[in-house]
Amino acid sequence: MSNAQIEIQLIAALVAIACAIPGSFLVLRKMAMISDAISHSILPGIVIGFFITQDLNSPVLILLAALTGIITVVLVEYIQNTGLVKEDTAIGLVFPTLFSIGVILIAKNANDVHLDVDAILLGELAFAPFDRLLISRVDVGPKSLWIIGCILIITITLLIAFFKELKVSTFDAGLAASLGFSPTLIHYGLMSISSITSVGAFDAVGAILVVALMIAPAASAYLITNNLKRMLVYAISFGVFSAIAGYWLAHALDASISGSITTMLGLVFLSVYLFAPNKGVIAVLYREKQQRTEVLLLTFLLHLKNHTEETERHVNHLNEHINWGKVRSKTILDLALKNNMIQFNKNIVALTEKGDAFTTQAIDYIITNEDGQIEDMKDDFFLFRG
Amino acid sequence: MSQQVDKTKTEKTGAIAVQVDDLTVAYNYKPVLWDIDLEIPEGVLMAIVGPNGAGKSTLIKSILGILKPIAGSVNIYGKSYKKQRHLVAYVPQKGSVDWDFPTTALDVVTMGTYGSLGWIKRPGQKEKKEALEALEKVGMLPFKNRQISQLSGGQQQRIFLARALVQNASIYFMDEPFQGVDATTEIAIINILKELRKAGKTVIVVHHDLQTVPEYFDWVTFLNVKKIATGPVKDIFNDDNLTKTYGINYKVSIQE
Repeated sequence: MSNAQIEIQLIAALVAIACAIPGSFLVLRKMAMISDAISHSILPGIVIGFFITQDLNSPVLILLAALTGIITVVLVEYIQNTGLVKEDTAIGLVFPTLFSIGVILIAKNANDVHLDVDAILLGELAFAPFDRLLISRVDVGPKSLWIIGCILIITITLLIAFFKELKVSTFDAGLAASLGFSPTLIHYGLMSISSITSVGAFDAVGAILVVALMIAPAASAYLITNNLKRMLVYAISFGVFSAIAGYWLAHALDASISGSITTMLGLVFLSVYLFAPNKGVIAVLYREKQQRTEVLLLTFLLHLKNHTEETERHVNHLNEHINWGKVRSKTILDLALKNNMIQFNKNIVALTEKGDAFTTQAIDYIITNEDGQIEDMKDDFFLFRG
Repeated sequence: MSQQVDKTKTEKTGAIAVQVDDLTVAYNYKPVLWDIDLEIPEGVLMAIVGPNGAGKSTLIKSILGILKPIAGSVNIYGKSYKKQRHLVAYVPQKGSVDWDFPTTALDVVTMGTYGSLGWIKRPGQKEKKEALEALEKVGMLPFKNRQISQLSGGQQQRIFLARALVQNASIYFMDEPFQGVDATTEIAIINILKELRKAGKTVIVVHHDLQTVPEYFDWVTFLNVKKIATGPVKDIFNDDNLTKTYGINYKVSIQE
């Protein structure tokens, strides 16, 4: 790997981490779309900042653009609070307006090669290593790397300091307010960080990828954990993985880096969506099938317990009486047998002691409506699942 | 008035826990609460009753500073809510939060300790111990590591109650704690509320089931945008006030 390649991957990875942190909270707050709005509407801020500073990497430009991000949020909330339109409509009104102001400003100054709409939408990570930061004429690395590094340090410091406040205000804003942690303050803090991160990442990966890096890793992480800290760790890991894998995909295909990273993010989400242990599509389908079988087994056992007369419990009669097909009856019979719930005596089915205990307890829980306890009980009694 | 309250504060008995003066709250120019004057004595278990849209939750939220009133003031033991925050615990409506949030029962209860910690400081062993004790009190200790979406409605409500208990407050505000819970949980919750009253705490509950008011509460406030009446259940919980509040001829058999 060349130095430039390492630098590009490093920048992409740091951008991914910086985006995944605020992104996780945006996803939990159901505000994913606001990151889309911010990342587009910072454009006029960047353009105006560029006119003033003539330097895309100036801190003044970053602050100016971040301010536009905050203005976006304020405008969206203002329009929403009039009660005339819903939040998604308000977002759809504000950001294209601001973005188009930026587009017009660029077009009016088209002679400037450094700012063009393509680069703003998609970024140009491949060029990032060419713009070096010189301190006393010593080359200390690409400017983008330093900018995103600084933003990342600020984000992580704030995350560690205010983790508890972010958590409580995201979960229960009312409680946060009553405890004295102003949800408004925390909200705008998060919006500021999202804006600054968007600006910092913008140059490297473009307006569209910023959104993908904020939302896709967080959404994937949300599907595989029930713990906020782990969700952040997973989101960061997915982001970094996609950033680096995306770079090599672009390398192999000779395609756009930001496009390849976004593709990787999509693939990561798709695999998590399909294969996540609890919430994944396949796991859900499997669990539904299992639950169906368990309900059938329970029905069968209850039937046996309810009927002492032998005619009701004869193997051949069971098919007719419970009104199940041959295959289903056989599956359930086998399952009950495997779990030692029933025994045969000359084709008469009877509950074993274990089966009787299980059924009694199940009836008890069904009557008292303790659904959760039935689930626990199944774990105790079932060795083999359907 | 407020000076009197300050004096009585030292003796506790007979003190006014919550005092609301001329409180008016409006959403988009439409008043939801109109000129509410309310004194809640210390140590009562009080129900706030009224029809839908009467402003019951709004009253609690504006006492707690979550909503900004357009007029009026609220005092907790004679001082503003901001200064007395540590004396107050709040149980919001169960539906007000996202129960799919990635967190456990224990973690939600621990959030109750955040107020005493203040900004930045993290909860430690002491806070965890307090949270576990509160979980024990509401009978939810076996579920401490459950993800909150895996809990039943009644269990979720108990978690909310435990979170308020851990705040070790003097005044408890609860927004419909009996909504969507089964009979067992309802009894468990009301027993805890009665214990709180026995310990000298003031408990204020937004309540919907008029039948249980005389059985559960000793104090009641009738609310319908304006305050209709407030006082001891045995004195004012009658058909007259119910009719004034609900606007239809209301008959409730009051158990003596």
